[in-house]
Amino acid sequence: MQKPIFEISGLTKIYGSGEVEVRALNGVDMTLYEGEMAVLLGPSGSGKSTLLNIVGGLDQATSGKVLFDGRSLTALNERDLTRYRREHVGFVFQFYNLIPSLTARENVALVTEIARAPMSPDEALAMVNLSDRATHFPAQLSGGEQQRIAIARAIAKRPEVLLCDEPTGALDSKTGILVLEALSTINRELGTTAAIITHNVEIREIANRVFYFKDGKIENMQVNDHPVSPSKVSW
Amino acid sequence: MRALDKKLVYDLRRIWAQALAIALVMACGVATIILSIGSYRSLEETRSAFYERYRFGSVFASAVRAPLTLKERIASLPGVSAVELRIMQPVLLDVPLMVEPATGIVVSIPDHREALVNKVYIRQGRLPESGRPDEVAVLETFADAHRFTPGDSFEAIINGKKRKLTIVGTVLSPEFVYAIGPGDMVPDQKRFGVFYMSASVLRGLYDMEGAFDDLSLTTLRNADLKRIMEGLDNILKPYGGSGARSREDQLSHAFLDNELKELRAMAMIIPPIFLFVSAFLVNMILSRLIELEREQVGLLKAIGYTDVAVGWHYTKLVLAIGLVGMVIGVIAGQWLGLGLTRLYGRFFTFPFLIFRHSLDLFLLATGVTMLAAIAGAARAVYSTVRLPPAVAMQPPAPTQYRSLFDRSKRRFQRISRRTIMSTRHLLRWPLRTFLTTLGTSLSVTLLVTAVFAFDSIDYMIDNIFFRTERQDASISLVEALPLDAQYSLRGLPGVKRVEPFRATLTKFRHGETEKRVPIVGISNDSRLLQILDVEQNPVKPPITGLMVPEMLAKQLKLRPGDQVKVELLEHNNRVVSVPVVGLVSSYVGLTSYMSLKSLNRLLREGDRMNGARIRIDANSLPDLYQEIKQTPVITSIALLDVSLQKFRETIRENITTMTTLYVVLAVIITFGVIYNSARIQLSERARELASLRVFGFTRGEVSSVLLAELGIITLLAQPLGWLLGYLFAWMVVKGFESDLYRIPFVVNSETFANASLVVIVAAVVSALIVRRRIDRFDLVRVLKTRE
Repeated sequence: MQKPIFEISGLTKIYGSGEVEVRALNGVDMTLYEGEMAVLLGPSGSGKSTLLNIVGGLDQATSGKVLFDGRSLTALNERDLTRYRREHVGFVFQFYNLIPSLTARENVALVTEIARAPMSPDEALAMVNLSDRATHFPAQLSGGEQQRIAIARAIAKRPEVLLCDEPTGALDSKTGILVLEALSTINRELGTTAAIITHNVEIREIANRVFYFKDGKIENMQVNDHPVSPSKVSW
Repeated sequence: MRALDKKLVYDLRRIWAQALAIALVMACGVATIILSIGSYRSLEETRSAFYERYRFGSVFASAVRAPLTLKERIASLPGVSAVELRIMQPVLLDVPLMVEPATGIVVSIPDHREALVNKVYIRQGRLPESGRPDEVAVLETFADAHRFTPGDSFEAIINGKKRKLTIVGTVLSPEFVYAIGPGDMVPDQKRFGVFYMSASVLRGLYDMEGAFDDLSLTTLRNADLKRIMEGLDNILKPYGGSGARSREDQLSHAFLDNELKELRAMAMIIPPIFLFVSAFLVNMILSRLIELEREQVGLLKAIGYTDVAVGWHYTKLVLAIGLVGMVIGVIAGQWLGLGLTRLYGRFFTFPFLIFRHSLDLFLLATGVTMLAAIAGAARAVYSTVRLPPAVAMQPPAPTQYRSLFDRSKRRFQRISRRTIMSTRHLLRWPLRTFLTTLGTSLSVTLLVTAVFAFDSIDYMIDNIFFRTERQDASISLVEALPLDAQYSLRGLPGVKRVEPFRATLTKFRHGETEKRVPIVGISNDSRLLQILDVEQNPVKPPITGLMVPEMLAKQLKLRPGDQVKVELLEHNNRVVSVPVVGLVSSYVGLTSYMSLKSLNRLLREGDRMNGARIRIDANSLPDLYQEIKQTPVITSIALLDVSLQKFRETIRENITTMTTLYVVLAVIITFGVIYNSARIQLSERARELASLRVFGFTRGEVSSVLLAELGIITLLAQPLGWLLGYLFAWMVVKGFESDLYRIPFVVNSETFANASLVVIVAAVVSALIVRRRIDRFDLVRVLKTRE
């Protein structure tokens, strides 16, 4: 089963230069496999988000290599990166980033309209258990519901990878679990590779593998042979 | 510097482009106020000063031949302060190096003393001395056009005799500030001049010993002009008096008055547009700025700054922007004002121009503009300052949208999500959307209002020069001659057709109103003059009765079928009653038409003519001119082609100058509105747009969301702008309407199209500048910050 989807080697990202130079990533080597759920843990500034942004095609590395499905991402230009995001990657952010002027269904449809082989918006909403909220505007939804709409929007294009940066960061434990359940269902049912950044150590329980970041490097990696269902987690 | 003031400086540096765009709109407001009111004042004050210092007459009258002994009777009319009796006659000139004959008016100046009324200003040389029959002083415009200086000479036909005249001086006169020749529509300095000669010399030349044929008088303050004019008419009646005229009927004065009226109209229309737009723009960007700084406002208040201190902080921001606008506006206004005043200098000749840097005007212009800006800021500042600090420090409640264009409904299924986003966003703030649209539409309005003049003038040219006046030239005779004179004219070299006419000055009276109206009698088979009815269809001159211009009919409340009392000013003021049989379309003057036969019957002098329209073979023109210069009975010849060319030249120059100004103003408004509105949307929706980029929308697709909104606004602005422009153009036409001329109300579709083109191009450029910012978005930073 272990087909690699991301092969990352010697990835370095430097912001600024001279005295204000910041090494956000300092030679990271890492492989993510198809269908796995990875959790990235570590203190603020340890390089998790920078890694995710580069892997997601939102940012360019200073040096090193990222292969997606055997193809180099680091060589892509702006236009190809846009296409890469459009076709292969789903993003979930801490602050949902829904379009306030569109309803839940329309937010999802925004993505399905430009994807190659998307599911229908209603199907995606069903996967996050929010079919009954389809015609609500973001302002009419709770934080957890908004985040689940964001997940539905991210997965509706059937992406190969789902990159989640602190998806539960702004939520309480109960709604956070609902969000994680949605992520886990998608990972299981669609076989989507998921990488989740979190500050919340408890969440590592649901992952196949856990990466610990420190000072722009992976300090440690743990394999979890028996991931638990999100409903069993609490914090 | 206090901490809060430092924040002000940083804020200004951050929003410098938007601030500059607003400052420019404010500058337009200030500049147009200074330009219109400043030029109005400058022209008005210059005119009054010239009139006063050079004793411009209040009442004018002419007679055929009246004895100088009437002077005492006239001077003793109650309210009269000074009277000047003089000779004033038309002359035909033969100027060296000029093929066509020029025309002019010769005016007598008193011997051995200064004129009491209509004194001339001597620019160069001196006035002619009495007893020197060859000396003449000429109006400066004519001298300049021919590069004449004292010592030069030319020939004139005076009372049928050709005389060589030597220029001894160049002068200016309050009577001829705007010197326009008979039959001309715009001044032609080369072909029309005014000449001053000694009274005793002129009396001799015209056989007017002990007599005068023209007079002008000044009055005391509060004099009853109407009574003076009635008294004057009574005195002059036995001597062929043709009715006293007040300044309103004095050509030069009336043209100046018209110009002042137009400037006043401009001051009423243009600056308010800019004041409105700057108030709106200030409101728009300040609201957004304060919204973004909501938490900071809360914080400032939490640590003890008062509402007033916080409010004053933001007001200072507006004042700073206003200050920049004022400085630019004052400089631009001065510069434009000087330019316009200089332009006036070419049509209106004054010995001096008063263009004062009046402090009160600057204060008015800057004060009004500043007030408009502060009014725009007031609401935004007030609504934030009012919030309790705890509430202010929390982010504002999420924006609620309405579910318009539900795509589950079939008819909306073809609308893209991005269009829905744009439309809902626009409808979420309908007032702002409306004001942005209105702001943009005002640029279109300004352009339509400026450019439609070309359409009107083209229409006017076609109407006058191609449809109505179809002759090559029109000739005036020294007096009414028997109709047989047309055969002599027919015999002139190159003349192919002659159509005689008879013109006479009258006064129409209907109800309470009266108007001085020239009546022209033309033959029934007239082809060189074609009368057009109000629907622009050619009509034959009536067998009996009068055809009057629409404008005159309106003024006198005349309708076809009405009888109008006509006082024959050149025929002993006999009053006859004539039926009005139709209305004619006419844009210049109030000339009314009759058939030559019935006019001659009315005048009881037999079949006579005092002018003719002629068609000429162009090849024989030099011969014809030569002949005419030798023909004493011809006092003037007006060439249609030359008039048309001069008219086009003058008008084009004027309108082009004004249009350039208006285009610049419109571009500034468009840029100010569209650029600011785009920047604000970008700030409000950075997150949305960045999200779209993250989902894999291309830069073009993301920009299209924002550009679609600007596009919708720009497109909606077009019809609104056209409508307002049409309305403003109509107001301009109505504002210009006078006895002297009317502008036809014609707005071609090209004008709307051109106005839109300019505004759309300006909008696209503004939008593209903002688009570059979208392209440079830092996606990650935008998405990771809390709203």
